[in-house]
Amino acid sequence: MTHLEKLEATSVHILREAYREFKSLVMLWSIGKDSTAMLWLTRKAFFGHVPFPLVHIDTAFKIPEMIAYRDKLAREWRLNMIVGQNTQAIAEKRTFPDGKLSRLECCKVLKSEALKHTLSGDWTRFRFDHKLGKYVEDTNKEPYTGVIVGARADEEGSRSKERYFSPRDRDSEWDIGDQPPELWGQYKTDFAPGTHVRVHPLLDWTELDIWEYIGKENIPVVPLYFNRGDGKRYRSLGCWPCTAPVESTAGNVQEVIEELKTGKLANIAERSGREQDKEDSGGLETLRRGGYM
Amino acid sequence: MSAEMEQISVVVVGHVDHGKSTLIGRLLADTNSLPQGKLEQVRTMCVRNAKPFEYAFLLDALKDEQSQGITIDTARCFFKTEKRRYIIIDAPGHIEFLKNMITGAARADAAFIVIDAEEGIKENSRRHGYMISMLGIGQVSVLVNKMDLVGYKEEIFNEIRKEYTDFLGRLNVHPANFIPISAFKGVNVASTSDRTPWYRGMTVLEQFDAFEKGDVRASLPFRFPVQDIYKFTEDGDTRRIFAGTVETGKAEMGDKIVFLPSGKRSRINTIEGFNTPGRTIVAPGEAVGFTLQTQVYVKPGELMVKAAEDQPHVSPRFRANLFWMGHAPMIKDKKYKLKLGALRAPLQLVEILNVIDASDLTSVANKQQVDRHDVAECILEAPRPVAFDLSGKIRFTGRFVIVDNYEIAGAGIVLEDIRSEDSALRRHVSDREFAWESSGISSAQRTAAYGHSAKFVVFTGDHQEKTEVLAAALEKHLFSHNFKTYYLRMANVISGLDVDIKHESEVRDEHIRRLGELARILTDSGQIFITSLSNVDDYDLKTLELLNKPNEILVINVGENHFSHYQVALTLDVQAEEVHSLEKVAALLKEKKVILEYYL
Repeated sequence: MTHLEKLEATSVHILREAYREFKSLVMLWSIGKDSTAMLWLTRKAFFGHVPFPLVHIDTAFKIPEMIAYRDKLAREWRLNMIVGQNTQAIAEKRTFPDGKLSRLECCKVLKSEALKHTLSGDWTRFRFDHKLGKYVEDTNKEPYTGVIVGARADEEGSRSKERYFSPRDRDSEWDIGDQPPELWGQYKTDFAPGTHVRVHPLLDWTELDIWEYIGKENIPVVPLYFNRGDGKRYRSLGCWPCTAPVESTAGNVQEVIEELKTGKLANIAERSGREQDKEDSGGLETLRRGGYM
Repeated sequence: MSAEMEQISVVVVGHVDHGKSTLIGRLLADTNSLPQGKLEQVRTMCVRNAKPFEYAFLLDALKDEQSQGITIDTARCFFKTEKRRYIIIDAPGHIEFLKNMITGAARADAAFIVIDAEEGIKENSRRHGYMISMLGIGQVSVLVNKMDLVGYKEEIFNEIRKEYTDFLGRLNVHPANFIPISAFKGVNVASTSDRTPWYRGMTVLEQFDAFEKGDVRASLPFRFPVQDIYKFTEDGDTRRIFAGTVETGKAEMGDKIVFLPSGKRSRINTIEGFNTPGRTIVAPGEAVGFTLQTQVYVKPGELMVKAAEDQPHVSPRFRANLFWMGHAPMIKDKKYKLKLGALRAPLQLVEILNVIDASDLTSVANKQQVDRHDVAECILEAPRPVAFDLSGKIRFTGRFVIVDNYEIAGAGIVLEDIRSEDSALRRHVSDREFAWESSGISSAQRTAAYGHSAKFVVFTGDHQEKTEVLAAALEKHLFSHNFKTYYLRMANVISGLDVDIKHESEVRDEHIRRLGELARILTDSGQIFITSLSNVDDYDLKTLELLNKPNEILVINVGENHFSHYQVALTLDVQAEEVHSLEKVAALLKEKKVILEYYL
């Protein structure tokens, strides 16, 4: 087996394990390359099917192309697509772009809080209705207790401490010092009522692995990842006020791979274009303890 | 393409503060494996916090970890040499974080054990050695660190080497070498040093490349734990796919296969995948799916093997070595959950044979429980047979974890199949019968008065409705002949007597258990006690038979017979008319002398 085949097999095993063990399971789809590769792995695991809903948290500041791409794939792959949003904060302009919050606070309000309440079902969920071709209010208010997330260990220090199956308590708090053991392909799949679990099928993948897999499998990704003539491309996708493109001429998957392996990005951290990480040395970890993905 | 470059995982273990994180930080820095700016970032942070720079800080990305100065969790870092790619796993040395150490070490192909030259061999140096042996990591190199603190003295190095070689030898672990290093000064890490002129062996970096990626899995018999069975009919997909990851061996289309413990047989029809070129063969590590040539009803958790190869053991009892990580001790008479391959089953501790202090390999005599961080040799038992291999033969299907109160609290390896007629169920039935208060009316008296003997009649088959109709018809028929009979409808039990059974993993077994006990009582009353069950397997019927003892059971199967071992008394054609089926049942009851000829 090649390196990519091994990574794929482990991720597929984890996805099947999650589907077997958790009744109320969803996958977070950020529209980025990682979670899109994860969605592809789901189709691998279930032989072309995606047997659980996908959740996207729309901060209203996402780059518009991301939303168009999301809905295109939702239609083509007949995904059970759920969208959540902190509509109140957006209406009250309690955001960083509106000048009322710091970047980190904004992430917390528009992403972490929206996610928490979308998963618990106490805020409105919008489900893509394939017959009507648009989003409608979802009638299902049941909490989702199992959440599949596309975090990778190489992204940042705190993510390298994760488990494939990582419990969170009722308030989505993460106890880093008391993580369950994982060995021999056995994960923590038993949970007291009321606890939640995050499942991380991509933990062992690196940024380069993801791109090589996207290339090998010919997975469609948002064109924002590629230079389209202006000498710029996005390396990591987020909200437009806090995500800057990098200088790059890579115009397709192969060129991105080449650039990561040998070019000027080879030794620069992937999230270096994400401004919120720079506000505090433990930024991502602070966010993750509060439920950030 | 670098994807084709070999990758291996190496874990770094050892006692707390013996310098594991420093070593890894040093290695990453010396091989230019750090992302640009990372080293400066950590240096800046040290200046800001007025702390001297340490290589360990590179790994200690977490705030609370830095405040305690110890590795809490296994951190993974990536680096590569000319030869291949590496994942380095930094395992915590503190005893409190043993389960994290195990998580890290379990996925490693090779291990470095770090020992502080100044402090010498400590408790966790030994305990980690034991874990390495139990986890089956064959390749080990021992790094004697902080040689700078002992003046690079060869005698000190030799002393540690002698003592630790001896210790590991008792665990059947044979280290490739011992390397004297100073991670802090970079001695013998990425390059040799004139500080240790007496040492002519490999550097740490050279030892990385010297580890071999041995993979024996392909040469072993085929083992495929059935993780799940999919049928996505709502999307118009009619395939019934047996999904899982191949543990060992190979299998091809057309191979004859057996599911264990059920013993059901079939042949591989197709190997399924999504966006993959068609395959005719599967190999270890592959996450695949099969369709079969015939319809086979098995549940997730069974082990699929090839009929022509060495078969695994199938037994409810086995002897095992296990280590315990749970906060609560492992005790007898408590129900645990076993996870072995894809199987989940209830599990009980039957006997503790020996508890070993892993830090010095001494035996602790007469322990009645397995405490946190203990290593123990025990006898374990599941209520029904499970399929496994002995860890000495196929370790991939000879190892398991134990769940206690939602947590993975123990992990172990199977040493021996304890085949025994004795089982928890048999012990229970024998205890129950010993305590049974017999009625003043003998069963012979009842038979004479009622004109028939007592019997437990079970209708079973795929067509639930059909079996229920027949059971009801038999009840009516017997009643019309003035026989004492009762048809127990399972729905009435499930929403009544069994309403308290909540725990999912136990539901089935507990329903069966209560039904068996109920049958014992009702057959004692002299009745012909009838019920109908769908979806039961060989083992369920054996359990009912045993629980109903000393009275007898008659199993009547309607439709296709799925039982592999259990001999049913009669199989009825599902299409047959009710009256004909009933005649056959009546004939059977006569044949078995339940009812005497002249009464019908």
